[in-house]
Amino acid sequence: MAAPTMDRSTAAAPATPVQTLTISKALNLGLRAAMEANPKVIMMGEDIGKLGGVFRITDGLQKDFGEQRVLDTPLAESGIIGTAVGLAIRGYRPVCEIQFDGFIFPGFDQIVSQVAKLHYRTQGRIKMPIVIRVPFGGGIGAVEHHSESPESYFAHTAGLKVVSCSNPSDAYWMIQQAIDCDDPVLFFEPKRRYYEKGEVDTTAKPGPLFESRVLRSGTDATLVAYGPMVRTSLDAANAAAEDGTSLEVIDLRSLSPLDLEPVFESVRRTGRLVVVSEAPSESSIASEIAAKVQQECFYSLQAPVLRVTGFDTPYPPSKLEEEFLPDLDRVLHAVDRSLAW
Amino acid sequence: MSSPEQWTHPEPDAAPAATAAKPTAEQVIAGLRATDEGGADLVQLLTPEGERVTHPDFDIDITAEELRGLYRDMVLIRRVDREANALQRKGQLGIWVPLLGQEAAQIGAGRAMRQTDMAFPSYREHGIAWTRGINPTDLLGIFRGTDMGSWDPVEKRFHPYTIVIGNQVLNAAGYAMGQKFDGKVGDDEGEATMCFFGDGATSQGDVHEGFVWAAVYDAPLVFFCQNNQWAISEPTERQSRLPLYQRARGYGFPGIRVDGNDVLATLAVTKWALDECRHGNGPILIEAFTYRMDAHTTSDDPSRYRLSDELEMWKLKDPIERVKVYLVRQQWADSEFFDSIEAEADALGEELREFCTNMPDPPAERIFSNVYAEGNPNLEAQRDEFLDYVSGFAGGEH
Repeated sequence: MAAPTMDRSTAAAPATPVQTLTISKALNLGLRAAMEANPKVIMMGEDIGKLGGVFRITDGLQKDFGEQRVLDTPLAESGIIGTAVGLAIRGYRPVCEIQFDGFIFPGFDQIVSQVAKLHYRTQGRIKMPIVIRVPFGGGIGAVEHHSESPESYFAHTAGLKVVSCSNPSDAYWMIQQAIDCDDPVLFFEPKRRYYEKGEVDTTAKPGPLFESRVLRSGTDATLVAYGPMVRTSLDAANAAAEDGTSLEVIDLRSLSPLDLEPVFESVRRTGRLVVVSEAPSESSIASEIAAKVQQECFYSLQAPVLRVTGFDTPYPPSKLEEEFLPDLDRVLHAVDRSLAW
Repeated sequence: MSSPEQWTHPEPDAAPAATAAKPTAEQVIAGLRATDEGGADLVQLLTPEGERVTHPDFDIDITAEELRGLYRDMVLIRRVDREANALQRKGQLGIWVPLLGQEAAQIGAGRAMRQTDMAFPSYREHGIAWTRGINPTDLLGIFRGTDMGSWDPVEKRFHPYTIVIGNQVLNAAGYAMGQKFDGKVGDDEGEATMCFFGDGATSQGDVHEGFVWAAVYDAPLVFFCQNNQWAISEPTERQSRLPLYQRARGYGFPGIRVDGNDVLATLAVTKWALDECRHGNGPILIEAFTYRMDAHTTSDDPSRYRLSDELEMWKLKDPIERVKVYLVRQQWADSEFFDSIEAEADALGEELREFCTNMPDPPAERIFSNVYAEGNPNLEAQRDEFLDYVSGFAGGEH
């Protein structure tokens, strides 16, 4: 008789409150915790059941919660979002998985026309507690439509909230907070960072969901980033420190609403800001930050706000993504330009 | 195991007969528009001449009182429609979406629903709203620009009007899935959902996806397509090569075409369909074959795209007149009854006019209210700044 093997899917309850997890596992445990806490939480998406999702974020959930709470849906994004609207009206809290960033556009109409507006249209009589999970961004060598950063479309739409996690602890907690939120939340997951590890304290709930956080203190310039570019910015700050430059790094976490008070406070001290995002720069989150910071910190700025972003092109073939995506050197180059002003 | 030789293409003369018998464009249009009474597919229980006929699958026992009630519904909602149309012409409404001609389709379908059922309308469903107990005055704000529908969709079980074509079909599919997940399907006490859309909407991807979702999750959902022949200026043949009800077969559920100008047939078919759904045998598509007698909206000019003889032909199929004739023939109603309904319609029209012309504009705060359930500090700051700006004008009002 074979020795009993540990079933990964039921290994939810952590033996110790603090454990080292990947972002992907932290999301998986966060989703599991949300489903255990509230029977109205359901998962919807393509391939999320038996397969556990193409990135295995929902691994084991259908096995433990059943096919009615983890729905392997037909292959149509408008259908996933549009039926989630009806389920939300019925009292459910759907968590939709969009398989890849570039596939969200067939669901765009339902998101901006219905999900975003029903609360407003009905003056609060209908709530839309829907979470739409989007693995986003490049850096994994994928074919086209699999590496995009569409977050600005949603931040531009009133009625939606938009967040992005950058580390395992936030992944674990933010997904649960997003599911708890009575507003619709676009939850952008940094897919190139899915397998990066970090400590997660499953007992110490962090601060509010829609707040940015200073990850590293510094005095010479401020870096603001979110999602996958937070790691890049922290690496840049480490490298700069070796050259004697002190950079403050802020993780936005919430893209809509933007919590810029910590950024204003930081810029008033450092006088310099570099915004780092891999999305194209025109009319983007980075643009909004630049505009608001010049409005609020005009007399504190020692240099114009600079943006280090992807280019205003479609996402390129993956053999060129190293050039397209901001990296440590491009961030440091921008810091140098700012400091030289 | 089959050999590669068997995979070769068939000879041209072995092509399926269907290819050879491909209908001409004229035949397609004739099929889509076939409206002959007693046609093989059209379910009809009351002819345009007011004669009661039977149908082998769909019949209904109706009392004199019930039929008088349906007549009253149709007359009153037609009056609401005509008054609102006139209010738009007088500049009191920005736009109106006329219902004229579709009273039977909506009253028949609406009266088939139970209070526990849920309805997802498009934007022409004034008759459905009426059957859900919504005061017609609650519809006016949408078209005057004071709100986006002031009824409580949860209490009335009548979703807000949906303007984006076809969106509500998926929303309804999700709601019906929820009814099923909640265990509210399976016996006579079961719940069902109805979703309303037009012939033009059937070209939308969301309607296709709604059919797919409802089918694969066995959702208790009645798709109620009011085929009023025109999607603004685009005719049905611009939407389909097949009568719309026949599309259901491709999704694996029944499709029925009912005379949408026959309130009895619409009521009978819809009751049957809802009953099937509440017992777990949904979804079902009903195509209510009807006609939009007026413009798409008050901004439209149908004389540019359709012929008057078509309109004249459909006038003969009026949904209210045939019931009136039948009521008289059966001696179920007399002139006193008809006069009383007219008087009620007059009073309702007056109430509507009075209400409309006295509707206050919403306060400026309405711009910002309820965008979010849990607030947004940046938006609140923007609101405060704007209201402060507004209050700076003389008298504190803008």
